[in-house]
Amino acid sequence: MDKRYYFDHAATTPIDEKVFQEMEPFLTEEFGNPSSIYQEGQKANQTIMEAREKVQDLINAEDSREIIFTGSGTEADNLAIKGVAMALKDKGKHIITSEIEHHAVLHTCEFMEKHLGFDVTYLEVDGDGFIDLEDLENSIRDDTILITIMMANNEIGTIQPVKEIAEIAKDHEVYFHTDAVQAAGQIEVDVQELGVDLLTLSAHKINGPKGVGALYVKKGVKLIPQMNGGAQERKRRGGTENLAGIVGFGKAAELARKRLPEKQKKLIKLRDKIISNIEENISKAILNGPRGDKRLPNNVNFCFRYIEGESILLNLDFLGIAASSGSACTSGSLEPSHVLLSLGMSHEVAHGSLRISLGYNTTEEEVDYLLDKLPGVIQKIRDMSPLYDG
Amino acid sequence: MYSDKVMDHFQNPRNVGKMEDADIIGEVGNPTCGDIIKVYMKIEDDHIKDIKFSTFGCGAAVATSSMVTELVKGKSLDDALKVSKDQVAEALDGLPPAKMHCSNLAADAIKDAIEKYRSDSEEKDEE
Ligand SMILES: Cc1ncc(COP(=O)(O)O)c(C=O)c1O
Ligand code: FES
Repeated sequence: MDKRYYFDHAATTPIDEKVFQEMEPFLTEEFGNPSSIYQEGQKANQTIMEAREKVQDLINAEDSREIIFTGSGTEADNLAIKGVAMALKDKGKHIITSEIEHHAVLHTCEFMEKHLGFDVTYLEVDGDGFIDLEDLENSIRDDTILITIMMANNEIGTIQPVKEIAEIAKDHEVYFHTDAVQAAGQIEVDVQELGVDLLTLSAHKINGPKGVGALYVKKGVKLIPQMNGGAQERKRRGGTENLAGIVGFGKAAELARKRLPEKQKKLIKLRDKIISNIEENISKAILNGPRGDKRLPNNVNFCFRYIEGESILLNLDFLGIAASSGSACTSGSLEPSHVLLSLGMSHEVAHGSLRISLGYNTTEEEVDYLLDKLPGVIQKIRDMSPLYDG
Repeated sequence: MYSDKVMDHFQNPRNVGKMEDADIIGEVGNPTCGDIIKVYMKIEDDHIKDIKFSTFGCGAAVATSSMVTELVKGKSLDDALKVSKDQVAEALDGLPPAKMHCSNLAADAIKDAIEKYRSDSEEKDEE
């Protein structure tokens, strides 16, 4: 295959070689069931414990028992919202979230409204994707039981003021869950420093395997299990553990923690190079999301006026470049990205969106290649557009 | 997800561009996802002498625009009106189900142009 230039690390990341090496024995000879009492089982059990401690370290949890392994980030979001809602339903049935959450949170909240009689407030965001803390505080009611606001947005990279949100939640004695799937491995995530009650992680966004996630649940937080079965995960998530996946997650968490400072420095430099280069070389390019340290180090998102995103992606793909778009034409639902619309953008402008997301192994040469090709691609499509006049 | 034919027409669209001296311009917007196709025609003796298009839309929208201009070029207006969206899709070796609506767009733009042309000439005849 010709060289590929992968700029979609927010969608998923390649499994790190070191992660794979750790996983391999557990896909072959080390097959014991962690619940079994004989040696093979106990070895497996011990291995999971070690992985749990590595995930604990990544987010600086007080105790490794606060980590519940799940089958995905999506499952962890579901467990957080449904688990807290069920545990506290006698106290109240109101949840606060934001308009720009990932579907794993948004659709779960809609499910709670539709099927379980909960009331959900969807906070609006400003033009850069930030929620308003005053809005948040004003929307808290006597029957509010949970606030769920993502730490960093997967499309536009906006980093929410999670610590301030946690303080407000604490003042009003409401649980606070944050989806940190995009934040972990990109920025410092310290659950004790942040003061969150629940936090979601996913392995495949940090060079770990797909199909494994985790929910951090602070000691004392009430949560009703959503997957009933065996006594795994201290009875909070039934089902024989994805042993190899969890081992891979543990290794990925360890590497993510070690690499963070260096990776951050490198990606911020590349990110800002991409942003300033596009702004210099392509007319009518609008940056989506904030600039500077309130933006994820690995995220770039632009709207190019007069053109449509799928056309951009297909043209880039011919050139070996993989990226993503929030265009209606790429969405399956034929609706533009709800995140871009929430920023106040028209359907037409949202159409021309392009997300470029970097990974720890992205090189400057790859970025230069992208920046060399992109203006020509945008021009080629603009030349076909009825909305564009030279 | 797209056939080789679709990709070929997307990468090398036939008859793409604007026409300064068009006799008529057809235009449709896609109610499903908000895209726009414009076709520009030169008409002689009730035949489509030349045709160009411009499209603001996905890969399928570009490819169907390109294909439909190929299919109607040189045809009489009556024959051009008979070109259906299914024919366009078939000529492209099919479209993914989620993209069938894009082929409506291209055929509708042709219809729009021809209908406009005919009502314009009726008006002229009345003058
Ligand atoms: C912010 C956010 N939350 C949740 C998820 C879902 O994670 P997973 O793919 O592990 O289900 C994603 C990944 O797409 C995400 O970006
Ligand atoms: S033009 Fe939007 S999906 Fe084809």
